[in-house]
Order: sequence, then C-alpha cells, then structure tokens
Amino acid sequence: MWLLYLPLVIPALAGAAARPLAARLEPRHATWLLTTAAVALAACSMAALALLAAYAAARLPFLAAAGGYSTAVMRRGDPIPAAGGVAAALALTGGAVAVAVMFRNRARALAESYRRAAGLHPEDGIVVVPGPAIEAYALPGLPGRIVVSGRLLDCLDDRRRAALIAHEQAHLASRHHLFSAVARLAAAANPLLIPVARAVDYTVERWADEHAAAVTSDRRLVAQTIGQVALLAGTSRRRVAGMVLGVLGPRTPRVSLAWAGPVPRRVAALLTAPPRRQTVLLAACTVIVLIAGVAALLAARDLHALLELAQGTRSR
Amino acid sequence: MGEEGPPLASAGPPGAEQPAGAAERQAAGASERRAAGALEAEILAILREADGPLSPGEVRQRLAARPQPGGPRGELSYSTVVTIVSRLHAKGLLARQRAGRGFTYTPVDDASLAASRMSQVLGSEHDHDAVLSRFVSGLSSRDARLLRELLGGDTGPAGGDPGPAGERG
Repeated sequence: MWLLYLPLVIPALAGAAARPLAARLEPRHATWLLTTAAVALAACSMAALALLAAYAAARLPFLAAAGGYSTAVMRRGDPIPAAGGVAAALALTGGAVAVAVMFRNRARALAESYRRAAGLHPEDGIVVVPGPAIEAYALPGLPGRIVVSGRLLDCLDDRRRAALIAHEQAHLASRHHLFSAVARLAAAANPLLIPVARAVDYTVERWADEHAAAVTSDRRLVAQTIGQVALLAGTSRRRVAGMVLGVLGPRTPRVSLAWAGPVPRRVAALLTAPPRRQTVLLAACTVIVLIAGVAALLAARDLHALLELAQGTRSR
Repeated sequence: MGEEGPPLASAGPPGAEQPAGAAERQAAGASERRAAGALEAEILAILREADGPLSPGEVRQRLAARPQPGGPRGELSYSTVVTIVSRLHAKGLLARQRAGRGFTYTPVDDASLAASRMSQVLGSEHDHDAVLSRFVSGLSSRDARLLRELLGGDTGPAGGDPGPAGERG
C-alpha cells in the first residue's frame, strides 16, 4: 500500500531538484527531461489520487452492490482512512479543474498569438515596433515572428543584434512555447511541480542562449547582449527578498547566484564553459521518474486484485 | 477622450453642423448602433487610404462620397463620425493629433498595432510570459547589480537612457 504514496512523494522531490538540475544539465537535455518528467509525474500522482479515492469509494455499500463484491473484504484489505480517500478525491477534482482552466487559457493565448503572427508580414521574419519600449520577444505562430522595438535595435550594434535575433529564432524554431505550456499544464495538475515548470521556462531561455552563442561563436557576446538589454529594459518594481552576495574578483566573478533571478544566471552560465552532456545524471533522473510510474502501476494492480478477491468472496 | 465622449460635445472645427432635435437623434440612434461595426471598418479603410491625417469632417465627406454596396445610406451626422473615430481611438486603432480645436486621426500601423494588442491580450493572462518568449524578463534591482558585477562594466552603452550615441557597441 505504501506504493500508492510514492507517486505523491516523488513530485515533491522533483520540485526541489528542478532548479539545480536546470543549472547543471545541458539546456536541451534539461528541457526535455524536465518537461517529460513533469508530465509523467503529474500523470502518476493523478493516478495515485484516483486509486486512493477508489479505495474509499469501494466501501460505499451501493457501489459494492452494483459491482457485486464484498465490502467486508475491501475493508480488511484497505488501510486508507475514509478521510484520506475524500481528500484524494478533492485533490483529484481540483487538479482536473486546474488543468482544464490552464489548458483553455493557454490554448486561447496561443491561438491569439498564431492569429497575430499570421497577420504580420515582416521582412526577414522580424517585426520592428515603433515607440519607446525596450522590447524583444518571439511570437509563436506558423511561422512565428520576432518582434523587436526599434529603440532597442538602435541601441545594439550589429553583432549584438545578430545575437538577439539568433536567440529569438531558436525559440521559434524549437517551439519552446510548447515545452513551457506542457510543463505548466503538469504543474496545474500537481502544484508540487510548479518549480519544475519554472525550471523549464529557464532552460528554454538557456537553450536559446546557447544557440545564439553557437551562431555567433561568441559566448561572451551573448552574455553582454543579455546584460545590455536587461539593463536597458530597466529594473522591475518587483520587491525581492533575500540578501546580497559577495564579489571576490573583478575578472573572475564569483558571485552567489543562489537567490538571483533568471537573467544573471543566464549571463553567468554564458561566462563559463559550455555545458557538457551529463549522461549519469540524466539516467538517474529517468530512473526516479520510472519508479513513480511503476509504483502507480503496481498499486493499480493491487487494487484490481483486491477487488477480484472481494468479488470472489461475495459470489461464493 | 474627454471632450469627444458625448456625441454633442463641440469638438469639431467651427462651422461643422450640429444634429438637429433630440428626438431625431434618438430615432437615428438605433440604426446607427446596428451599423456601428460596419461603419468602424469603413472609416478605418478611409483613413488607411488617406495620404495623411484626416479630421472627422474630412472623414465624413469621404464617407459620403463612397459608393454604397448595400443601397443608399442616410447622411451621417458629424457627431456620429466623431463618436466612431473616438471609439476607434480608444480601442487603440487610431492615433490622433491635435489640430486647432479638434483632432485629426491616422491609423495605427499594423505591426505596432499587432504588438500592442498582443501585450494587451496576453497581458490579461497569467501565463503571458510563457506564450511570448521575451528576450529578458524583469530585473530586480539586486539582479541589475549582480549583472553589472558579472559583466564587469562590459554591458556596452547600456546603463542609462540610450541616446543617439547608443549606436556603437
């Protein structure tokens, strides 16, 4: 029966591990791993909740009568308190509703984006927006568009423009918005996975950064471009808790990124050596996700066996 | 919007005729409301065809000169035209400039329209940023300091407001 709780515990583990993994793994691998893990773990935890609720529901006399099994056998084989079953049913319902709402919102936003992108016919796939904003983003679509404010382009030299465009092109070419959307859906199903979805948002940015670094063959250039654009765009009014970090040297910055936002972390990653493939780490993570899946399957089999036993007792 | 809000506000240039009685206006109101969507599209088309900004009076003249596919339409009052262009301005579809006592209008170009609409539409969603992959997300002031430290003053001409000198990297 403890098997049932494993798929509920592993997502919490994944939530805690997501940010360190996003920092260590090669961004493309990290994106795929975190997205698929989020989906698999969301599915497993939903399945576990459904099983918990099913155990509780199986005690209801009218269901037992309809299914033709013995409630006495079910009770003996069922160590889950009724309150736990009810809580699981509520969590399951809440998760399903959250997924539906998130799906609707995201589908609408994406449909809107596709529609807008189809209405734009820019030269070279880049839409230059007039006005005072410092802004650059990729607009998902078929094909997607890159939107940059003219003021921002004026501020960048040719090489930095190339870095910026290469970054946004990577978002569009690799359909990064789909990874983000899928991870968000998983996090809607199970809020323990929210850090995983955030990590995916970060790793797709890193993926695009590394692509820009490969295109321009200058990691430092990409780091400088991100830094320049971020500082131009200005600081948000968001209040941030936490303390500040020490600096140990001007040329080799050893600042703590523990509480830093995504932009400094991206810049810091570009200022170090390119990330390498981490096969062992990838494999370990895959195994842990598989364990959750197997546990859910075994628990389902247990319930099935118990029901068959109860039916046998009744019919005899 | 202020002065152009109510149809009767005298936002027009001097000499523009005002609608007659209140009763007449009310009777016209219903049919005008029905046709409002079509009228908006027509006025937008007129402004897009125009070489420069147009005043509501000029829009009204061109509107009257246009061939009517759906049979003849009654003369539109000046205030109706003002109401519609004001509404289009409020929707962000038209830009306006002050000209004398009134305004002249130009259509907002497609790219900036699409971009600003995009932010509006997606801004209402919580997952705004996930749909638009922004080049940089918001910086806290601590992040900004951290960035400067990381790049060691290597952020190019950034920092303050980009002037014309911002061209050089």
